[in-house]
Amino acid sequence: MTILDIDTEQRTNQLDSTPPVRLSVDNLNVGFERHGSVRPVVKNVSFDLREGQCVAIVGESGSGKSVTARTLVGLTGGNAVVDADALRLGDENLTALSPKRWRSIRGRRIGFILQDALVSLDPLRPVGKEIEEALKLHGWGDRTSRKRKVIDLLTSVGVPSPENRSRQRPDELSGGLRQRALIASALALDPEIVIADEPTTALDVTVQAQVLQLLEEMKQRGTSIILISHDLSVVAHLADHILVMSGGEVVEQGSAHEILTAPKHPYTQSLINAVPSRETRGTRLAPATGVAPVHTAAHANDEHAGFDGPVLEAEGLVKNFTAPDGTLTTAVNNVSFTLGRGETLGIVGESGSGKSTTARIALALDTADAGTVRLLGQDWSAVPETKRRRLRKQISVVYQDPLSSFDPRWNVERILLDSLPAGAFATATARRERVLALLAQVGLPDSVVHRFPLQLSGGQRQRVAIARALAPSPSIVVLDEAVSALDVSIQAQILDLLVDLQKEFGLSYLFISHDLGVISHLSDRVLVMKDGVVVESGDADQIFTRPAHPYTQELLGALPTLDESHTVAGASVSPSSSTEGQE
Amino acid sequence: MTAVSERTVTAVARKRRISVGFTASAITLAIFVVAALAPNILSTQDPLAMDFTQALQSPSLAHWFGTDESGRDLFSRVVYGTRESLAIGVGAAGLAILVALVLGSIAALAGRIPAGIVNRLIEVLFAFPTLLLALLLVSVLGASPITLVISVGLGSAPGYARMVRGQILSSKNSGYVEAARALGHSRFTIFRQHILPNALRPLIAIFTMGVGQSIVWASGMAFIGLGVAPPSSEWGALLDAGRAYITQASWLVVLPGFVIVVLALAATTLGKHIQSSLEKGETA
Repeated sequence: MTILDIDTEQRTNQLDSTPPVRLSVDNLNVGFERHGSVRPVVKNVSFDLREGQCVAIVGESGSGKSVTARTLVGLTGGNAVVDADALRLGDENLTALSPKRWRSIRGRRIGFILQDALVSLDPLRPVGKEIEEALKLHGWGDRTSRKRKVIDLLTSVGVPSPENRSRQRPDELSGGLRQRALIASALALDPEIVIADEPTTALDVTVQAQVLQLLEEMKQRGTSIILISHDLSVVAHLADHILVMSGGEVVEQGSAHEILTAPKHPYTQSLINAVPSRETRGTRLAPATGVAPVHTAAHANDEHAGFDGPVLEAEGLVKNFTAPDGTLTTAVNNVSFTLGRGETLGIVGESGSGKSTTARIALALDTADAGTVRLLGQDWSAVPETKRRRLRKQISVVYQDPLSSFDPRWNVERILLDSLPAGAFATATARRERVLALLAQVGLPDSVVHRFPLQLSGGQRQRVAIARALAPSPSIVVLDEAVSALDVSIQAQILDLLVDLQKEFGLSYLFISHDLGVISHLSDRVLVMKDGVVVESGDADQIFTRPAHPYTQELLGALPTLDESHTVAGASVSPSSSTEGQE
Repeated sequence: MTAVSERTVTAVARKRRISVGFTASAITLAIFVVAALAPNILSTQDPLAMDFTQALQSPSLAHWFGTDESGRDLFSRVVYGTRESLAIGVGAAGLAILVALVLGSIAALAGRIPAGIVNRLIEVLFAFPTLLLALLLVSVLGASPITLVISVGLGSAPGYARMVRGQILSSKNSGYVEAARALGHSRFTIFRQHILPNALRPLIAIFTMGVGQSIVWASGMAFIGLGVAPPSSEWGALLDAGRAYITQASWLVVLPGFVIVVLALAATTLGKHIQSSLEKGETA
């Protein structure tokens, strides 16, 4: 039975055949007490979760989605004020539970899957022990039967050779296996409800597909799922019912089909429109904001304006790393590419593919063991740093985490003043004016100049990082996962800004990302990397419509889309699609 | 979201709790600074005026801390001793930080071989007992406040040097240093603009705590006769002098000792507060 069928059935027949309600939330309000006053963070949330169904709560950071999820397992924290007309798990009233009673419900009746398996699992304990702990805590079986159950659980979540894996510690497992182990511990006591808070956010796209597939299988076995995510496309295939939250309120809720195909609320519409893809190329992702970038022609880059060859050429790059145990890993293996003026070259790959190392070599922040990079037709990687410095202003970089790329002691003005090329502006006034012009170009008001990075929002910080990259009037900007840490609506604004700036200044972008959607939205040409090797490269249209290499096909297949008819693509990539029962 | 809010609330509560300790320690330290700069404001009696008729008087309204074997007013002696004790503490902590900055910077930034040598040197200094170092220096240089400053300073330097090395290493590998390299700044500019100030920041707190600890160390050395000789009223010397009368006039040891504890506590509390407010500024 596909999701669409469930939806249709639900809408046409609200009576007898609908599965029983397992969790009922009516008018839930959560606030945090501080200085004697209560700051509301979740307002009037109501929904029913039925057997074998999935309710998705979608929203951006600060929307209250995670607080809602935590409230449902009684983990809101001491200073939280929870109020609800009804909060019922079967016939249990969750609003009036003692901590002891909560402990007996958590794990046994409601399983909780946290976002980051690396920090959520005890680093010193083998994962098998971790899962066994959940069983032991609730007095399940004896030692031998618990051991057997752990192996069964790991098998059921698709962990290959579970006997060996259960004896390994979290850091010895890959991200996907860790997340599976965490899911296994949440499933240990076969809870009727599983709450998954951003279960795939830290994962590569192919691993994400596997985890989503696993959740889908759980659902088909009758487990009810509450799925929390910032990403509508992640929930699209799994959810029967979607709540869209913003600022603590549910702005819209309805069947997955309604929300995804006919969203009524402008916020939901903007969320859906903000998702970048090949189809959105050339269109604006974000609705016009109050602070539109000001167009100024202050990008004086005449020195190399006449140069019309490729602005960046990389030839046969190789980079090896020696692991602590002496083994040699080749992070980048024979990578070559060219970047033309005004062009965007996307480098896409999963973690460990060597894409960031390639970017660092292109920036000459790291030296290659073999191969050369030429910048604007001149030697770049082959010359000493003192010779490179003169050309440095031609290539700048924007990182994923702007906060760590700013000196915490410096305010925005100092950061930007420092990034202006020495001697380019005669007077202090001229330098200050340039800083304000840069801020205007990235759509920030003058008032941020005296703020420190910590006092800015994530989107504002990334705008400052872009302003810093523009300050030397470069030909090339390397964007290393530059939008990956941002909420989708902020990401949309930044992507729009990047497109505008490229048009205005003829910038060339080397765009590094794990996110195929972002890459396909922005790139003219694409390099697909895996294990340090370029497996496929070429025109973006060709790569996204007719991928030739199996890995590219796998990546594209694993990409969740808002298109509901597309089923979760995990089945083909799951190393072991074992679905045997766990009873 | 939840976690963030909870953290914010506890941070607020912590701030409120600390500010009491902060105010108290700041006031206490201010009093000590006044005593060091202008002892005559706090004390009315001459710390050196002997009056054998008043010898070994227990604490009273006339003599708050009692009198010593020569009838000198102990409170005045403690007040007048502040300057020397504080100077030794500040000097020793300052020397320790200075040595630590040099050693730590080399250990973190120099090439593999010089860094290795300095790292071994730091480890050797670490393993060398401070007391032994002090004995060595006293036998070479003779007992004096300067010897105290040098031995306590050198004794505590390796610990700070390791801290400096760690700070510089984390700063060196930080995103903002890489961003500065990408902007084309020279190594020296990056060191001056980013690495050094970011390494120095936590040292403000360490320094404040170091002053208190150095005074305790210096007093301890003076107590075993390795410090300033009488009639100086340096606190360690007071302890040393009072030791002979500990059974008849315990206040001669207890009260100066108490003052040392109060100063060390105040300095440590203030240092901890500075440290936590710096950390908050970095992560909040």
